[in-house]
Amino acid sequence: MAAMNELAQVVKTPPKEPSAMTRRELIGRLTKLGASALATAIGGGAVMEALSPAPAVAAPRTGTAEPATTRKFYYGMVIDTKRCVGCKACVVACKAENKTPPGVAYTVVLDGALGNNPNDKPLFMTKPCFHCENPPCVDVCPVGATFKRSQDGIVVVDYDRCIGCRYCITGCPYGARSFDFGENYPAVADHTPYAAVPSPEYGQYQVRREDASPIGNVRKCTFCIHLQDADGRYDRQAGRWPACAKTCTGHAIHFGDFADVNSEVSRLLRERQAIRLKEELGTNPNVYYLL
Amino acid sequence: MDQRTLKRLFWISGAVLFAAGFVGWYDRLTHGHLNANYGSVVTWGLWVAAYIYFIGLSAGSFLISSLVYVFNVKRFEQIGRLAVFTAVVTLLLALFSIWADLGHMFRAWHVMVYPNFKSPMAWMIWLYSAYFLLLVVELWFLLRRDLVAGADAPGIKGIVYRLLSLGTRDISEATVARDRRVVRVLATIGVPVAIMFHGGVGALFGVVAARPLWHSGMYPILFLLSALVSGGALLTVIAAIFQDGWHENRDTVLALGRMVLGLLLLDVLFQVSEMLVGFYGEIPAHIESLKLVIKGPFWWVFWGWQVVIGTLIPVLLLALPTRRDPRWVTLAGFLIAAGFLGVRLNIVIPGLAAEEIPGFSEAFASARMTTNYFPSLTEWLLTFGVVGLGLLLFGLGELLLPREQEEDGHVRV
Repeated sequence: MAAMNELAQVVKTPPKEPSAMTRRELIGRLTKLGASALATAIGGGAVMEALSPAPAVAAPRTGTAEPATTRKFYYGMVIDTKRCVGCKACVVACKAENKTPPGVAYTVVLDGALGNNPNDKPLFMTKPCFHCENPPCVDVCPVGATFKRSQDGIVVVDYDRCIGCRYCITGCPYGARSFDFGENYPAVADHTPYAAVPSPEYGQYQVRREDASPIGNVRKCTFCIHLQDADGRYDRQAGRWPACAKTCTGHAIHFGDFADVNSEVSRLLRERQAIRLKEELGTNPNVYYLL
Repeated sequence: MDQRTLKRLFWISGAVLFAAGFVGWYDRLTHGHLNANYGSVVTWGLWVAAYIYFIGLSAGSFLISSLVYVFNVKRFEQIGRLAVFTAVVTLLLALFSIWADLGHMFRAWHVMVYPNFKSPMAWMIWLYSAYFLLLVVELWFLLRRDLVAGADAPGIKGIVYRLLSLGTRDISEATVARDRRVVRVLATIGVPVAIMFHGGVGALFGVVAARPLWHSGMYPILFLLSALVSGGALLTVIAAIFQDGWHENRDTVLALGRMVLGLLLLDVLFQVSEMLVGFYGEIPAHIESLKLVIKGPFWWVFWGWQVVIGTLIPVLLLALPTRRDPRWVTLAGFLIAAGFLGVRLNIVIPGLAAEEIPGFSEAFASARMTTNYFPSLTEWLLTFGVVGLGLLLFGLGELLLPREQEEDGHVRV
């Protein structure tokens, strides 16, 4: 209980206290002074950034300087594999929340990541979208239908823009995207009352219809952005918290704002040794794993 | 087999395949992607492979036609117009294949209105749109004189010619010379456009760092080379069947055979290099894809279709004394052109079927989230339909479009 109260305090704390200057802010100030601007231009893929529709933003934990941005939050997750029991409640909670059809899963639980030999302690890994700082899926979209939100870095799909080419699925190194083939669970296919329940996704509250988006679109985890308030904040106490993290039976999924040094996720990164998947690809994921 | 039997076989297979396609298209248009077998792991399948196959044929045929219209290579003059026509038809087939693959077919125009030029796919679509326009205009200028000349012919042919000539009546020396200049300019512009757009198709795969099998600087080059080989091979077959066939086009067919052999060997060198570097590099995901190619469930696509049918047999046919008989050369061309569909399948599917994270394909119980893929009946039928459409368009082109009149009055297609 004490932990929960502490957590509530953390969540309520405004993200930017005058005393707490993150490295990102420090670098931001340096950039304003022009100290690192030249270095960034030479070393940091300035050409691609210039071509990019939205200003590219650096991750809080890397040393890359960033251009001016409207970014208020750096939402992400820290997933403690030692606490994960592989119950898949997160998968079910996500499906119940977002009403995703068969074949579409915004998060899955892997149990073979480290081979799981008979003598190993089993390792389960829940795997939502990592909402990368440098998302390859966004770059390859031919119509800009999938993009990284400038205010909080959440990678979303515009269902009305997406043409369903699935290039983003090939571009994602983490298997975080699925194509909606138009399949339905029996309750929806048989037009039971459940079929009339809208999906709150993107705050659109759409009832699933044949031949209409999101059928024929690529779909993915949104960190449940429909639960944000008008300022873009989540509230764990009020239940406005990503469904997987809210449900996790072993408290393995920690969600929060990396820009807030007092957040639970920031603290976990400071105190524990975290890894990210496929660092070598430079995608800069916002989901960390504790081993 | 004489020329008439071959022609009849051609028309029948075109009509049958085209009719079969209706079933596939009907299912695709009424049930969307429900009856397609690709999923969210192997997310591109037969239709994408068919697309890169046809678009390669188009780029290859066009680049070979440019030998005539840009570089003045006399040896291929007889098949210049045929090559441009082939490029138009195969491009159409490519566009139909990829159109069916889109989740929202009727949003294809979004790429024109909301392009993201960081995406190689957006570049590719813009470039092939430009290329398509250029091809059609070039073909029209190539045919204009004959269309005008034939506009007074009786029956359907005259009507078609009058429509296609778009009201121009002037076939004086000056306008014909102007047509030739326009063709030369368009063909010259077309060469870099074709290289960019087909190199772009290779880049579309090459830039995907998430898929080690594709992620190679060799890909755009390999695509261009494969385009030249498969396009050249297809033109060999077409030159042997159409325009009075191998009797008239004997020298052209043999010359094409020699060129295709050289290009094919170069292509093999590139592919071997790509595979050896991958195997010796021993990056797990890369190795996994390569293993799928050579000893996965569809090993026979590589060893049987690609290596034996598409490479070994044709290389022998083109290198041994059979190289002097246009019929054997035609067979070699056919085998190479058919073999390249295997090459395309082995690019698209194994690249995707290697697990991105170990255990991912077992993490969620759904047929859409496994690494298994074999095209469904709908996918096959629709692809057959596209092939059939191609055959019929060729047939119609041969029936209706003007044959080249040589100065001695000798008729050529």
